[in-house]
Amino acid sequence: MWKRAIFAAIVVSLMGAAAYASFFVAPTERTMGTLQRIFYFHAAAAWAGMTAFSVTFVANLLYVWRRQPRWDSLGVSSAEVGLAFITTVLITGPIWAKPAWGIYWTWDARLTSTFVLWLLYICYLLLRTLIEEPDRRALLSALFGIFSFLDVPLVFGAIRWFRTQHPAPVIMGDPNAGLNPVMKATFFFSVLAMHVLMVFLIMERNRLEKLRFEVDVIRHELEVA
Amino acid sequence: MTPRVSYPAGIRFENVEKRYGGLYALRRVSLDVAPGECVVLAGRNGSGKTTLLRIAARLVGPSGGNVSYIDSSRGDKGADRVRPGFVAHATMVYDELSAEENLLLFARLQAVERPKERVAALLEEVSLTERRASLVRTFSRGMRQRVAIARALLTEPSVLLLDEPATGLDSPGIAWLTQTLCGMRDAGCTLLMSLHGASEISALATRGIRLDAGAVVGDTNAGASMSSVLGRAGE
Amino acid sequence: MSLLANTGVLLGKELKTEFRSRELLTTTIIFVIIVLVLFSFTFDPLSDEARRFGSGLLWLAFLFAASLMLQPCFLREQTNDTLSALRLSVSDPFAIFLAKLAANTLFLMVMELLLLPVFAVMYSVTVLGVLPWLVLVFFLGSLGVSIAGTALSSISAQARMRELLLPLLLLPMLTPILIASTEVTAALLDRSPYVLWKGIGFLVAFDIVFLTALWLFGEYLLEE
Repeated sequence: MWKRAIFAAIVVSLMGAAAYASFFVAPTERTMGTLQRIFYFHAAAAWAGMTAFSVTFVANLLYVWRRQPRWDSLGVSSAEVGLAFITTVLITGPIWAKPAWGIYWTWDARLTSTFVLWLLYICYLLLRTLIEEPDRRALLSALFGIFSFLDVPLVFGAIRWFRTQHPAPVIMGDPNAGLNPVMKATFFFSVLAMHVLMVFLIMERNRLEKLRFEVDVIRHELEVA
Repeated sequence: MTPRVSYPAGIRFENVEKRYGGLYALRRVSLDVAPGECVVLAGRNGSGKTTLLRIAARLVGPSGGNVSYIDSSRGDKGADRVRPGFVAHATMVYDELSAEENLLLFARLQAVERPKERVAALLEEVSLTERRASLVRTFSRGMRQRVAIARALLTEPSVLLLDEPATGLDSPGIAWLTQTLCGMRDAGCTLLMSLHGASEISALATRGIRLDAGAVVGDTNAGASMSSVLGRAGE
Repeated sequence: MSLLANTGVLLGKELKTEFRSRELLTTTIIFVIIVLVLFSFTFDPLSDEARRFGSGLLWLAFLFAASLMLQPCFLREQTNDTLSALRLSVSDPFAIFLAKLAANTLFLMVMELLLLPVFAVMYSVTVLGVLPWLVLVFFLGSLGVSIAGTALSSISAQARMRELLLPLLLLPMLTPILIASTEVTAALLDRSPYVLWKGIGFLVAFDIVFLTALWLFGEYLLEE
């Protein structure tokens, strides 16, 4: 109980510090001004989202191999958390893009594959609601998750190589290209804060899932008795 | 009719457990079915009979424990070689194909020798030779059951698993089934079948086992009477 | 019995079943025609732009049709639990998938090749000069659609709302095929081949990745 509270406190402090750094420590960017600061939040959230989905992939593989409910639990928890992060990325992106570039969206490789990834994980969670039996649900969604994870790089590649006649403005530029050291430090600190938040959320969600499973077992035992 | 089974085989269930989420369909079932035994599995709906049979057929993997086949000619576990015949609730044949096409399909898949002759012989045995070219869709329940059993017998299995095979059959159908299973038993085939209560078919059994809530609660080998194992008719 | 032999026998069954009734093929072909006609109402099919859009719409129509056509794939094995019979009979469960995806690829190609002249007429494009290349692209694209579609069809057959679920799961997953096939088809019809080998290579890569994944994980999809 205390451990969770302390962890939560750490998460809040880190996020607060990252926010402070984003607004007050990092220097203002020349061309875009204050608007650019959303980048620290947006890109860090994107990285955390991708990490969460990688965790989902590993959890899926482990479930198919081991068939232990804990991997299914981890899979759904990290997928939901990943989805939350990517949703904020997809929302903050256009918020930034419109004033900066005049358009809300473009179909370049990075955005499109992020969007398709988002769609696939919604399908993953939707699939889970449509299968009642827990072991079937765990196995089939794990397999779908594996296929989805393999698909995303293919989406990225397809756009990268086949959309050359419509060069897209690089909206979310490579964060390491020509950033000054303070900005870089702020960025990596944000990434760290986001990841710690991600871990915290996954752990909490996982805990909830385990409790749900235990309730299920108890309920069935009561029915039989 | 049916040739002597060349490799009699027994079935061993060791602490077989099957869990669906929080629900236990089978709880640590341990059983030894000797080669040539004709065992009837009795119990109410939901007692675990179908699950046990499907695990024996290797259609379902147990959550715990192990099922293996004992090939008595080799003495040890010749599990790889034994492929049981399985007759389920569903017919497990294609409605859009004819009886002959269905049997030929499964014969070829299982590398049965001289498939056409074998299929013709089986169709003769189950008295479906005249209707062999008709689509299974046009068959009555009894006729479908006969195709299903023919399919299970294609490889001349040494073990036959049947899940409530008499469901939906009329009196002549049940008489035919009883006669066929009797022939299989006498030829040395190991039979494990689930039934609802006493009937003509249960009279064939050399042993009865009762399941309740996924556990064995009665076994004629352990002294219980067949009538207590089978319970009331229609249960 | 070997994997290939089993696959051959099962493929024979799939083809026999379909060509007896031809219900899948006929309904799918009619559906694609309807989609193409409806699309043509939304812009001028005879303009130059149409050639660019046309390929995309063609493939989009194919994908929609495929997501409907692939639904019965495993559903029809549920009616009499014939899937259990297959699992008991074959030595390698991958044969079941191979046979189904081969059959599905064939059906898709039949549909696409029958529709090509219809499309050429409606959108006023000449296809004869590049026909062999088109057939190749259709094949590689259809193969990819079949592999993913057969795998996902076995998943959706075990869930509720399966009719809606398969298109939902399949269409996002097939984004790479849609993009690559459209580009290559458009390039072929436009006679600008610079993208041809890249596109074909990409489709081959997609097919290999998904086929390998299906081979590795297929037996788990069939578990009860």
